[in-house]
Amino acid sequence: MTEITPELVAEHGLSDDEYGRIKRLLNREPSLVELGIFSVMWSEHCSYKSTRIHLRKLPTKAPWVLQGPGENAGVIDIGDGDACIFKMESHNHPSFIEPYQGAATGVGGIMRDVFTMGARPIAMMNALRFGEPSHPKTRHLVSGVVSGIGGYGNCMGVPTVGGEVNFHKSYNGNILVNAMCVGLARKDKIFLSAAEGAGNPVVYIGSKTGRDGIHGATMASAEFSEDSEEKRPTVQVGDPFTEKLLLEACLELMATDAIIAIQDMGAAGLTSSSSEMAGKGGSGIELDLDHVPQREANLTAYEMMLSESQERMLAVLKPGREAEAEAIFRKWELDFAVIGVTTDTHRLVVKHKGAIVADMPVTALSDEAPLYERPFAKRPTAAGKPSFDATRPVLTSLKTILAAPDMCSRRWVWEQYDYSVMADTVQWPGGDAAVVRVHNSNKGLAISTDVSPRYCRADPYEGAKQAVAEAWRNITAVGAKPLAVTDNLNFGNPEKPEIMGEIVAGIEGIAEACRALDFPVIGGNCSLYNETNGEAILPTPTIGGVGLLHDVHRMATLALKREGDAILLVGDTKGHLGQSIYLREIEGREEGACPPIDLAAEKRAGNFVRQLIEDGRVDTVHDVSDGGVLVAVAEMALAGDIGVEIGVAGTAETIPFFFGEDQGRYVVAAAPDVVDKIDGELREIGVVHAIIGRTSKNKVLHIEREGAIALSTLRTAHESWFPHYMAGEAIPASN
Amino acid sequence: MKSAVIVFPASNCDRDAAVALKQMTGNAPHMVWHQEKDLPDVDLVVLPGGFSYGDYLRSGAMASQSAVMRAVKTHADKGGAVLGICNGFQVLTESHLLPGALMRNAELKFVCRPVTMTVEETQNVFTRKYSSGQNVTFPVAHGDGNYVADDETLDRLEGEGRVVFRYTPGHNPNGSARNIAGILSEKRNVLGLMPHPERVVDPLLGGTDGRALFESLIETLS
Repeated sequence: MTEITPELVAEHGLSDDEYGRIKRLLNREPSLVELGIFSVMWSEHCSYKSTRIHLRKLPTKAPWVLQGPGENAGVIDIGDGDACIFKMESHNHPSFIEPYQGAATGVGGIMRDVFTMGARPIAMMNALRFGEPSHPKTRHLVSGVVSGIGGYGNCMGVPTVGGEVNFHKSYNGNILVNAMCVGLARKDKIFLSAAEGAGNPVVYIGSKTGRDGIHGATMASAEFSEDSEEKRPTVQVGDPFTEKLLLEACLELMATDAIIAIQDMGAAGLTSSSSEMAGKGGSGIELDLDHVPQREANLTAYEMMLSESQERMLAVLKPGREAEAEAIFRKWELDFAVIGVTTDTHRLVVKHKGAIVADMPVTALSDEAPLYERPFAKRPTAAGKPSFDATRPVLTSLKTILAAPDMCSRRWVWEQYDYSVMADTVQWPGGDAAVVRVHNSNKGLAISTDVSPRYCRADPYEGAKQAVAEAWRNITAVGAKPLAVTDNLNFGNPEKPEIMGEIVAGIEGIAEACRALDFPVIGGNCSLYNETNGEAILPTPTIGGVGLLHDVHRMATLALKREGDAILLVGDTKGHLGQSIYLREIEGREEGACPPIDLAAEKRAGNFVRQLIEDGRVDTVHDVSDGGVLVAVAEMALAGDIGVEIGVAGTAETIPFFFGEDQGRYVVAAAPDVVDKIDGELREIGVVHAIIGRTSKNKVLHIEREGAIALSTLRTAHESWFPHYMAGEAIPASN
Repeated sequence: MKSAVIVFPASNCDRDAAVALKQMTGNAPHMVWHQEKDLPDVDLVVLPGGFSYGDYLRSGAMASQSAVMRAVKTHADKGGAVLGICNGFQVLTESHLLPGALMRNAELKFVCRPVTMTVEETQNVFTRKYSSGQNVTFPVAHGDGNYVADDETLDRLEGEGRVVFRYTPGHNPNGSARNIAGILSEKRNVLGLMPHPERVVDPLLGGTDGRALFESLIETLS
């Protein structure tokens, strides 16, 4: 038997204290297999040991929430017996090491989280953060991640309908790949992971087990250094073909009533799925690894328990239903094996070649996992009102901003994703929120992923509030009622008090905004230790929001639609330039306070705009976010290929008015008589607003006293950067 | 019109095709599993889009060897209509029901976007409800849609009026020879095309240009 040395303990990412705790829980030294099991289950990735006490602050309940955090994904009620199941999860570390497979398996993993609950995945989103474009690795990483997401999602036949792509030097050594899956199930056919009862067969389904991904969860719980690429063998390889078969086979099995519990084998594979199912079910599980379908000869028990081979599921069946289930999996040419049985011992017992190689209390792995109240220090937030050169011409700046890496068209990215398969995508990428129709109905689900990491760096609390508010606003802007969110908290090393301070403030900011906006958190994922050589990423709490559209025929899009419409700006414009895109792209500075979020004003303006859309009075809406109001209007003009005349309104100075990033605002376009009436109603309810222009027949964007710029010029600027950059061509000068 | 949609492992536009057929004909098609040796009594067989068998060999190559494809060939030999969309087109060339091959897109990337094509031929069961020379917009969504054949074959296809759909200049998304988007078999009863007509039968989803293709089939085969 392998001797457990201090070095071996350290290699498993366990502290001395944690090792002591293991010995106390077992009343003896662990075997190597047990050490491996503890190391993955107690990793940050699986145990949330640094964040658990703070995550409790999040609001997770609402009358429409059917399942909150703690299952494979969250579930909301969307009426008519339908349920929407969704979750977002990161695959950051593997994607940096091997971008195609890292991103592909991230997509596959999150899809399994959703279909293991009985849902058919109907839409995918992703939020991607890369290093600065000039960094030598960035192009390769963008190319690999985008093709990996497409390669997996396209083969699955699930539309990838939107997301985010941003660049910042803080991600040079640690990119973020956050993938979100949204699925649809019947409310009364939702499958959970609690393995209740003793004597029930535990079955293994899907692909065979190999040596890939061993210790992936532990890797995801440590900082990177320059030799991280040596960890390439810990990245799993995806097989979307098998996953597609697994999806169809699982849904076919779920149509029967043979399943007691089911869970995908994600991070920490067989270990986490078996121990979590037993833990939730209050039972025990006995596994015999001799029956595990194996891809390679001579796999050890240690390797089998820690393998993260993809496209595998573990299920507990009702006794006597094995043959029926097996027939379904054989039809789909997948492996199926009874590998164990549930027990009433509350222990996880693992046998291999006739010997017991692990025998531990299930609670030791979950309830008894370490829980840290790590010290945290709140950094002073960035403050102040930055200066700017008031003489710069507005339209030239607009063109520069529309061509900036963070602001230009993402067409190069989303055209590699099949966004229209399943024939229900009613709002494509490029809008405020993606909208997919609920099959065979007029209902729609609006989905958006949002976060502005530069705001979070300036003020983690307000920045996190802003991420929630922006998701809520994007969903509102298409006419949908925001219902719930999944959060993907990407931060640096929680053992550093200032990073822990960002995490705590971020969670508290999310909690406040979600509470104020009736937008509960129903699931999520923490990705910590996003650091390379001691440099942390910008705090990036990505929010994935889902809302319900009662009738997809009454939906707003951002494209201008008619000449002669009045353009109305809803919400208060104070001209906040701190942390704005304008300041960064035009003045070359990242400074000042981030825009404050007034959640009451947010809600008032948003509810009003949504009602306009629901009542069929308005069909053209765009939220105002990065870049400010002029960028929003320009995006609307480009999308509709309709010109705009803008009269400078209000008393704010020109540049802050056009480029300030005050929150809680929308641009609405409608016939002048409709806007006149809306104007009166907004006055009555006290929402600040202004009519700032009208659409015109000339295909130009014209601003009083500033001049005009052709839409074709703006379009070329907006569309060129990404393809030129990816082709390795010189980027045309933007001025 | 009675129809069947073939389902290979990892077909993924089978449901889309079935929904479009149901919507256009009023009848749900038969869904036929790849291991079936016989087809039900139908007028039209649809080979849908997707990644049959993962397309880990050449796209469509594994599917062309499946049991059901022998039955599809028999159906085609007897003059029955066969429509292959996207992966279905790839299966048809791999099965030699249509000439040529579909290679990696010229830009080596998957591409999903609406493309404009000209309907060049209307003397067949698939496009008679279009007018000759009409421009239509269907979406493409593929990585291997670059149609290639030797010059002799291409000349013959054009000479015999078998190039039904051609990408309009500037809209060729994949580098296909002579901008070819869809072709007919010699007997004009088998059509393969890369763009997706089944995704453009509902105005909410971006257009209705695909409807006339189904209307043509219904008019001829019912």
